[in-house]
Amino acid sequence: MTNPNALLHRRDVVNELLRDRGDILVIAGLGAPNWDVSAAGDHANNFPLWGAMGAAAMMGLGLALAQPKRKVLVVTGDGEMLMGIGSLATIAVEKPPNLTIAVLDNERFGETGMQKTHTASGVDLAGMALAAGIRTSQTVRTMEQVSEIRDLAHQGKGTVFALVKINPEALVFTLPPADGVILTTRFRQSVLGDEALYN
Amino acid sequence: MADTAVKTKDKATAPLHPWPDDVYRVLKEAGVKQVGMVPDAGHSRLIRAFDADPETRLVTLTTEEEGVAMLAGAWLGGQRGVLLLQSSGVGNCINMLSLPAICHMPLLMLVTMRGDWGEFNPWQIPMGQGTQASLEAMGVIVTRADTPDDVAPTVWGAANLAFNTWRPAAVLIGQRVLGAKNFKELARK
Repeated sequence: MTNPNALLHRRDVVNELLRDRGDILVIAGLGAPNWDVSAAGDHANNFPLWGAMGAAAMMGLGLALAQPKRKVLVVTGDGEMLMGIGSLATIAVEKPPNLTIAVLDNERFGETGMQKTHTASGVDLAGMALAAGIRTSQTVRTMEQVSEIRDLAHQGKGTVFALVKINPEALVFTLPPADGVILTTRFRQSVLGDEALYN
Repeated sequence: MADTAVKTKDKATAPLHPWPDDVYRVLKEAGVKQVGMVPDAGHSRLIRAFDADPETRLVTLTTEEEGVAMLAGAWLGGQRGVLLLQSSGVGNCINMLSLPAICHMPLLMLVTMRGDWGEFNPWQIPMGQGTQASLEAMGVIVTRADTPDDVAPTVWGAANLAFNTWRPAAVLIGQRVLGAKNFKELARK
């Protein structure tokens, strides 16, 4: 923490974002962000994606609009966000106050051999989110800033976009359930109650 | 020409038929709260109805697959939705359709056809002709309406399939319902 230029460790970042998580709802993008969120603790209020690359932010939007009293946190990677880049424009227009998007940016496609993504060549996702109209959009380089994003996510007073610069480290996978029906049903049961089982 | 007579008749009758209003009522009764759309002329009346409806969130998408993901999120949060798109947009959705398929989530898609009956623009043909096969390849249940009277009942059936059996279901609204565009005529004016 003493060197402000040191890249953050992704599991530290996610553990801090999910510290005292309360009833926050989490969508995790496919690949390492899924394993990071699961490493912080498998939870019924997590929806970890195993596919559908580019879906995470828009799933967060649909969920945030459906549950305006709950806070929604999307944790995804730079490659996944790039594939759904137009969703930044859509979300900026809708401005759900209860949605935070945290992009773990290692500037790599981590699952496929650590090839460089566009952010490695200077594409600025936080700048793109800001230009789209997400006014609270920042690049995060310290754990203190991560804590601020964590607090903003829990306050839910405006759409937040955070680009968190992380070390391109390959860590041991921590896998959540892979069955989409199990993930969907336990999430809905947790959010909506047992009624979800009957409809 | 007989062809011209048919076209003129369809042009004259299609805008007067209230099928979009019937579809709006069906979707309201089905409990739709989120509407994702990339606009199409054929959906314009339905879009205006939802735009004027304070109980429904109308979300303009930059590309149609955003809507597939958004409605999956809506379902996780207990809301039902509908995706309004043109047949060309079906091609943009293909991988994203993995999500409702593998999670057994409802997804209701209303697809206005191009590259279909009376098409003028050759560039609309490949995706228009591939629309149904693409959807079915991804496990979407496809039904079709080719007359104005048939649209609302077909949407009713697809909505019930989607929301009661937790499956993606699409209704293809044929170009014969919508009236075929003719840019050559427009260019002469």
